Amino acid sequence: MQIARVIGTVVSTQKNRKLEGAKLLLVQPLTLEGEPRGVALLAIDAVGAGVGERVLVVIEGKAAGDALGRKGAAVDAAIIGIVDSVDVSD
Amino acid sequence: MQLARVIGEVVSTMKDANLVGMKLLILQPLAPSGESIGRTLVALDSVGAGVGEAVFFVRGREAAFPFYPAEPPTDAAIVGIVDHWDVE
Repeated sequence: MQIARVIGTVVSTQKNRKLEGAKLLLVQPLTLEGEPRGVALLAIDAVGAGVGERVLVVIEGKAAGDALGRKGAAVDAAIIGIVDSVDVSD
Repeated sequence: MQLARVIGEVVSTMKDANLVGMKLLILQPLAPSGESIGRTLVALDSVGAGVGEAVFFVRGREAAFPFYPAEPPTDAAIVGIVDHWDVE
């Protein structure tokens, strides 16, 4: 899982049937220092996240499908938690 | 599977129902030399690991297997605590 920030929403009317009703968000993976890391990606939202929130993102197909609650959906990333706090020891 | 050091933890109240009660730990992957290598990640804990410990973890679909019959949506899981390792 990666810690990421929700930076936007994505609206798509014409899409794969298995994705109907799914909320798509743009997420930017972060370093532990909170800096952007790598390219932003689209993730299914399974927890009701909103723009600006820090979230946990799984980047794996089966897990993302489980989070969406549909078997065989063509997804590879999902938001599965909203981060309350991160505690890193040195 | 890969060696890593547990360097922190994540608290999340609002999360997928299949993650309730599970511990989320931050891992820094390690090279066999013990040096940090690669990106940090968050993994589910299946063995009772804690901050500061050396562990090994699995990535991918198999990361949900230790929690069977539960199927938490995860792409990484800690599956062992390393007592020590030796490199020739």
